Amino acid sequence: MSEAILVDVPAGVGERFRPPTSPASEPFWEATREPRFVIQWCVPCDRPIHFPREACPGCLGTDLDFRAASGRAVVYAVSVMAKPANPTMDGRGPYVVALVELAEGVRMLTNVITPDPYSVVVGDAVTVAWEPLTDGRHLPVFVPVAP
Amino acid sequence: MSGEGLRAKAAIVGVADAVSPTGLLEGSTRALEVQVIREALEDAGLTIADVDAVCSNLSNGWAASLELAEYLGISPRWTDSTQTGGSSFEIHVEHAAAAIALGLCDVAVIVYAATPYSSFKKGGPGFGSRQAAPGPTPVAEWEMPFGNRMPMGAYALAASRHMYEFGTTSEQLAQIAVDTRQWASMNPRARLQELITVADVLDSPMQATPLHKLDCCLVTDGAGAIVLTSAARARDLRKAPALVLGTGTCHTHAMISQMPDLTTTGAAVSGPLAFAAARLSPAEVDVVQLYDSFTITVLLLLEDLGFCPKGEGGPFVSDGVLAPGGALPANTTGGGLAYTHPGMFGMFLLVEAVRQLRGECGDRQVPGAEVALAHGSGGVLSAMSTVILGTEATA
Repeated sequence: MSEAILVDVPAGVGERFRPPTSPASEPFWEATREPRFVIQWCVPCDRPIHFPREACPGCLGTDLDFRAASGRAVVYAVSVMAKPANPTMDGRGPYVVALVELAEGVRMLTNVITPDPYSVVVGDAVTVAWEPLTDGRHLPVFVPVAP
Repeated sequence: MSGEGLRAKAAIVGVADAVSPTGLLEGSTRALEVQVIREALEDAGLTIADVDAVCSNLSNGWAASLELAEYLGISPRWTDSTQTGGSSFEIHVEHAAAAIALGLCDVAVIVYAATPYSSFKKGGPGFGSRQAAPGPTPVAEWEMPFGNRMPMGAYALAASRHMYEFGTTSEQLAQIAVDTRQWASMNPRARLQELITVADVLDSPMQATPLHKLDCCLVTDGAGAIVLTSAARARDLRKAPALVLGTGTCHTHAMISQMPDLTTTGAAVSGPLAFAAARLSPAEVDVVQLYDSFTITVLLLLEDLGFCPKGEGGPFVSDGVLAPGGALPANTTGGGLAYTHPGMFGMFLLVEAVRQLRGECGDRQVPGAEVALAHGSGGVLSAMSTVILGTEATA
């Protein structure tokens, strides 16, 4: 896997809402400290799971592991927030909220970080990038892939 | 398998709602609940002594229906605190109709009151309380860090996907708001009564692309109550019964990032279940009340309930089919977009459906309405519930 892409926290913005962790998601968030992108899989079903759970939503089994994810994704749905949704997003100006579909087949909500937020459309290729959180973890965001 | 055994076994026999064109109501939510229950029972020709079943979705502490019954001073033999957001009341009707059909209870009351607009005016959190930190939940972990403005951001994502897959336009979504406002202009209790154009919608401030301010529902105070009993008992009461002909429910997710397909809701399941139970088809519905939290919600529901094929909602609504005089009169109060929206609009859909079947709607009455459909949507397109009601002639 290529070098992780790091995204700076813009100057003068509010502190992001810091995600809590759950027992099932601990390996996901721990990997973001490096940062590495991992996704939970059900071993017998051989399928990815997101969000991480303590049992597979397909078979209810508990034989689960975390595997390296490619970081490649396609924008499945997108909305530009004209104004910050809440004080944690203050100062970010118009920003992109997107539901992206990972190459592995699961979707996650994220931000697409770009100087031109209104240019992001459904179907765009994006790749994972990391914005530092204040506790040493990183938040998985995405950046456009040059065509 | 559908709930055909429920067909015309129970009826809505009393309705009431408290709504003001100012958007503001006096009194606590509990006082408003008692007021609308009193009015709905009076509408039915019943008293609180007849009530042996309660449904309530909003708790002050831990158990909504227990707190309500205690306040009313009654000891119900059947209870339901189901909370699915805006569709709670359609689900309550489904549950209560089933219970009545089985003889588990005789007279059920469903109630709702909320005053987010008053709360906001007094400096409280109002509607925005939905954005309060919810503790270590999946939504806190996987959605809140990304600043999606809720609830409109969730619906904006669905709209973007619908536009991508089917070519739906902002103009088509705007037409839904325009048609709904025409109904509101005939309702003296509606919050917004001035007519608007597609250009007005498109010129209103962008909230979360592609949704504009006028694509979004109101925030008002409001309250409503419904009384159900058996079809047999209903025939001896004050008003003509609105028979419960068919119901269906389906929930697909709790948070928007887990919705299986952003262009297809659980209404694609609940609708066919309700029509099968009612032994009716969409073409036989005279008037619809479709949860209009946002214009895109209506578009998705029209497709999923079978009023037009999937993907054709945009062209279907573009020529005023939902407006007064249109082929499918929809949201005849003015809807959540222009009548009232205290956060969970499903109660008002049912109240209006009953009034249309009774012929009580004055200027906005759909002539000869015999079959009415009310469809609630709860959460973020999460919990769908369809109720088909009919007059005695449809039994």
